[in-house]
Amino acid sequence: MLITCPYCGPRDVVEFTYQGDGNRTRPDPASTDLNAWNAYVYDRVNIAGDQNEIWQHSGGCRTHLAVTRNTLTHKISSVRSTHAEPPAPPKPARKKPRAKA
Amino acid sequence: MAEYSALSIIRNALSGNTNWKPAWRKPDPKPSYDVIIIGGGGHGLSTAYYLAKEHGIRNVAVLERGYLGSGNVGRNTTAVRSNYLLPQNIRFYEHSMKMWERLSHDLNYNVMFSQRGVLNLAHTPAQLDDYTRRGNAMRHLDADAELMDVAAIKRLMPIVDDSKTARFPIYGGLMQWRAGTARHDAVAWGYARGADRRGVDILENCEVTGFIRDGDRIAGVTTSRGEIRAKKVAVAVAGSTGHVMRMAGIDRMPIESHVLQAFVSESLKPILDTVVTFGMGHFYVSQSDKGGLVYGGDIDGYNSYAQRGNLPIVEDVMSEMAALFPSLTTVRVLRSWGGVCDMSMDGSPIITTGPLPGMYLNCGWCYGGFKATPASGWCFAHTIAKDAPHELNAPFTLDRFHRGTVIDDKGQGATPRLH
Repeated sequence: MLITCPYCGPRDVVEFTYQGDGNRTRPDPASTDLNAWNAYVYDRVNIAGDQNEIWQHSGGCRTHLAVTRNTLTHKISSVRSTHAEPPAPPKPARKKPRAKA
Repeated sequence: MAEYSALSIIRNALSGNTNWKPAWRKPDPKPSYDVIIIGGGGHGLSTAYYLAKEHGIRNVAVLERGYLGSGNVGRNTTAVRSNYLLPQNIRFYEHSMKMWERLSHDLNYNVMFSQRGVLNLAHTPAQLDDYTRRGNAMRHLDADAELMDVAAIKRLMPIVDDSKTARFPIYGGLMQWRAGTARHDAVAWGYARGADRRGVDILENCEVTGFIRDGDRIAGVTTSRGEIRAKKVAVAVAGSTGHVMRMAGIDRMPIESHVLQAFVSESLKPILDTVVTFGMGHFYVSQSDKGGLVYGGDIDGYNSYAQRGNLPIVEDVMSEMAALFPSLTTVRVLRSWGGVCDMSMDGSPIITTGPLPGMYLNCGWCYGGFKATPASGWCFAHTIAKDAPHELNAPFTLDRFHRGTVIDDKGQGATPRLH
């Protein structure tokens, strides 16, 4: 199984860590709704077909990826960063020293 | 219906083996039954058998999507054991072990149950301490366990690498002598024949496509062979639990389906007469009566309903075998396959009434369902017949996750791929 990381290109599945069901949303940390927390921790969609899931490219760029994969065929139809917009590359910490004349 | 004896083998050999009788009927579905069991695997068949035998409920149908034995009951690595840590699990699996010990007599069908022992190898002093604790827990509840030192392990299993220079040197092991293996197909066939003779209809190639409702109550199923109604509908579909429960309108369950691979090598002379597990990683192996090594390791680690796995785990399993038994590196793999496991959130099963009225649920076996086959069916039959769980399966509820009474033998938390 190959996963095409948006940053690193197609890589073998051994480079990735499976983070599970991507349909769950963590309740507000201040929430005291036990049912919501229980559902978040224990309940899974576990669909036979196209599933939304989270993988991390732990053996590469370490980005968390939202992957749509078919659980019957292992075919991956979409991979994108879990960020709505991928973070911009970091700016250099300080300006490059200008070459002295 | 078929009875087997030395005489019948001779008689049938002389007549060209054309007169063997089928072991179970191939009936057409009736319009209604007292109980429908969805799933003709080991657990579904044993449930039907004990419903008829223990509770006198004979108007029962077992619905199997494929042919009998095509699912996990014919795909597992056949180990039977009760070496758990938590009392709920030890009691349940020890009950199962006692049932295994008399199963061939009970079914009048040789399931080839062989109490050759299951040995868990420890590779660090801390792991040996952990095994000691588990062994003590087992002995408290009448299961058998024995700590073995390296010399005894070497005598039992001369091919193991017991050197101090091994990648993971062996410090000892925990042996359960009464554990062992059984012929998995024979278990399915024996239960099928036993249930069939008591009047249970086994409907093969009968795929459930939906549930019939009577108000809130589940009143039957629609199938590829027509509508079938029933007072009680029991679900025992292992890896397909999520898929089947979705048809009943329940779209979230504390279950993830994962694929587990298994392997068989070419036949060898007898070299290994117990079941052995490797403690650094996840690897288990036994030698079948035919001589092939039957072995496996971890699940692939991501949700899958495909009955086949990927190569990284193959490499993983082979490397673990090579670490433990360097002499086996030249042995060739004969075949490999995959089965879909219903991984629960705490690694323990669910045998319960509900979750809908008229429905009964048996799932969450992770990759250890085969050894539970007799007790699972026995407890599930009790649950269906009495509308209440037996004392043995009372802890294995569906709502235990929300109530905070999880039974997490490994202490891994709600991470199914690690159980």
